[in-house]
Amino acid sequence: MAPKLPPHHPVEQSTSATAGGQASAHHAPPRGILRWLLTTNHKEIGSLYLIFSLIMFFIGGIFALVVRAELFQPGLQLVNPEFFNQMTTMHGLIMVFAAVMPAFTGLANWMIPLQIGAPDMALPRLNNFSFWLLPVAFLLLLSTLLMPGGGPNFGWTFYAPLSTTYAPPSTTFFILSLHIAGISSILGAINIVATIINMRAPGMRMMDMPLFVWTWLITAFLLIAVMPVLAGVITMMLMDINFGTHFFNAAGGGDPVLFQHLFWFFGHPEVYIMILPAFGIVSAIIPTFARKRLFGYASMVYATASIAILSFLVWAHHMFVVGLPLAAELFFMYTTMIIAVPTGVKVFNWITTLFRGSITFEPPMLFALAFVVLFTIGGFSGLMLAIAPADFQYHDTYFVVAHFHYVLVPGAVFAIMAGVYYWLPKWTGHYPNVKLAQWHFWLSVIGVNLTFFPMHFAGLAGMPRRIPDYALQFADFNLVSSLGAFMFGASQLVFVAVVILCVRGGEKAPAKAWEGAEDLEWSVPSPAPLHTFETPPTFQRHEH
Amino acid sequence: MSGGSYYVPSTSKWPILGSLALGLMMIGTGMVLVHDRGTPIMTLGLLAVLAVMGFWFRDVVKESRGGLYDAQMDRSFRQGMGWFIFSEVMFFAAFFGALFYIRTFALPWLDGEGAKGVAALLWPEFTASWPLMSPPDTAVAGPRDTFSPWQLPLVNTLILVASSITLTVAHEGLKEGHRDTTRNWLFATLLLAISFITIQGVEYYEAYVHYGITLEAGIYGATFFLLTGFHGAHVIIGATILAVMLVRVLRGHFSSDNHFGFEAACWYWHFVDVVWIGLFLFVYVF
Repeated sequence: MAPKLPPHHPVEQSTSATAGGQASAHHAPPRGILRWLLTTNHKEIGSLYLIFSLIMFFIGGIFALVVRAELFQPGLQLVNPEFFNQMTTMHGLIMVFAAVMPAFTGLANWMIPLQIGAPDMALPRLNNFSFWLLPVAFLLLLSTLLMPGGGPNFGWTFYAPLSTTYAPPSTTFFILSLHIAGISSILGAINIVATIINMRAPGMRMMDMPLFVWTWLITAFLLIAVMPVLAGVITMMLMDINFGTHFFNAAGGGDPVLFQHLFWFFGHPEVYIMILPAFGIVSAIIPTFARKRLFGYASMVYATASIAILSFLVWAHHMFVVGLPLAAELFFMYTTMIIAVPTGVKVFNWITTLFRGSITFEPPMLFALAFVVLFTIGGFSGLMLAIAPADFQYHDTYFVVAHFHYVLVPGAVFAIMAGVYYWLPKWTGHYPNVKLAQWHFWLSVIGVNLTFFPMHFAGLAGMPRRIPDYALQFADFNLVSSLGAFMFGASQLVFVAVVILCVRGGEKAPAKAWEGAEDLEWSVPSPAPLHTFETPPTFQRHEH
Repeated sequence: MSGGSYYVPSTSKWPILGSLALGLMMIGTGMVLVHDRGTPIMTLGLLAVLAVMGFWFRDVVKESRGGLYDAQMDRSFRQGMGWFIFSEVMFFAAFFGALFYIRTFALPWLDGEGAKGVAALLWPEFTASWPLMSPPDTAVAGPRDTFSPWQLPLVNTLILVASSITLTVAHEGLKEGHRDTTRNWLFATLLLAISFITIQGVEYYEAYVHYGITLEAGIYGATFFLLTGFHGAHVIIGATILAVMLVRVLRGHFSSDNHFGFEAACWYWHFVDVVWIGLFLFVYVF
């Protein structure tokens, strides 16, 4: 399965080299910026995704810090309420679509071909297209902040009619930028599915795949299924705004609640899109540093698939107070609670893997263990929110904010960082600096909990979401949250330092950088050469 | 999985140019919609997108004809096209879902029926019906009349079903190696596609001029144009693909055992056909 690189192929002699793509394909890879613009290499594209995601993580983080600075004290101090709304909205949009999702896609690009023994992604040019759509989409999105009337100010869920009748003029640009990002996600996901199904090393069955590959296969399926629904609903918004339709306006027979149904039919699978690959990363790291095989491999696969299927049947648990029929409240309450079962299977499998393991606490393991504990907290608060009558109290309070930040920050983001620490030796050939990484870990863990734990209490006491000012009794909780947020934000600079130092030098890593690591990526040298598995490897099956 | 060789193109400028072209097109579109200017930018962007697609596909065709692709690459393309069509199915599913939700829940509730009939407090005079001729608020003018499904829509259904059959005959001809059969039946398919688009254009004219069915005419007009409009756009795309396939057939690009480009076009056309059946049933008949 050695890739036929153009210079060695007869077609070079048989066709004139005038065609654009062909002509450039015949020369050595271009240097400088063109190398990155034109690349079709899964490792380079993976790095582009990761760097883009890191930059967006800081931009989205700065928006969050504007929010937290304003909320440091009651009263209006720093920004006006209109700008505050734009900051909460843009923070959410950037973190979801430009930081977390591209980070996982970057890891998928880098690691899936290495983990299944493929020479590259199945459709390498499409892969490059998927990436380069993202900077275009998010430059356009960020530019809305400078447009007359400001950027999106209706929350990342952009409920109609706030996002249609009462929206700023820039909303049309917001919709178009989200269309570009959606195209990127769909094409990227198609590429990942094709790669996993079609490019595995000979002899590697589906049930031999590392869990990161499995979880990404299922995630990619979710992306292909729901990103078009997002495209559909924003298209209907675009028409309501610009062409006088009444999809989300009851005056013409439409329904604003229809928007919420369509949005959350996309939105709930979307939140699993942001967590399933995290499960895969943690399922790689915990066995490595517990020096045991993952407990319950097959049940992990089935649990992931169950979560994905259930994610299509739970969307209206975001809408318990909107005025649903009782039957719908009950249906969505019970389906939501059922999700705790496969998720519990996963948590128990990780804990059982740790049981009687020879555990060491390298940086990736620290983040993975923190993931298991803190994600579980977020999972439990999710169960509380799933109870419809209780949700009437929690809805739209800071309790919800606490819940989804627990699953997304010490959940998804910690898993991404764990993955970065785990695979940095493979990418750079060097181990990350352990002391600095430990500083990063402990500052992050403390910062995250300082930020988000008090939000549970503020929310239960009745503090609403998305407001720039609040009643005096919430002052202490908000003060702690804001301090924690700045601590967490600043500690991410340590992360950047670790990554840069690791790229530039550090302790040399062997091919198998971690003693207990088993998967195929550890059979290629560190750093991984630009082209790997040009001849498919022989896959050695270990019994799960 | 195969022991063959997998073609990995070393570099390409089409993806980055395509991204920029799409960005240009979107910025132009936004400017046209928001600021009422920017048509040149939008047009330039659209042309650039089309040009990039043309060049990109030309490269793929060249590589394929140059023998660079093996059976594994063929499977990647099949996977890619199959999942792309699935994503399109979900795009239309969102619109059908909206239609069913409006008809089953939203309108009866506004009329006081069902679990959330309290919504009738908004417009007590409102009576639900489908097609919705009088929207709840009198400020919104509903359609004056609706189409009979047994006239132009039925004709269009027969045309599109027939086109799927003619396309299958063309495909069988290709598999048997009868290039003339393929050419003739593919040409017939293209004629049927053009007839469909023309009739749909006539229907839109009728809708606006004689029936008062417009985008603004309440939820009936909105869902009607959303579903038929995006379907029509897909028919135009599908017909364009078929036209390209006809050119490729004339140039002898396909062999009886290697013609996935043609097959993918068939898949897409059948998908467009199936969506129309759903439209015919739920937009026109029921």
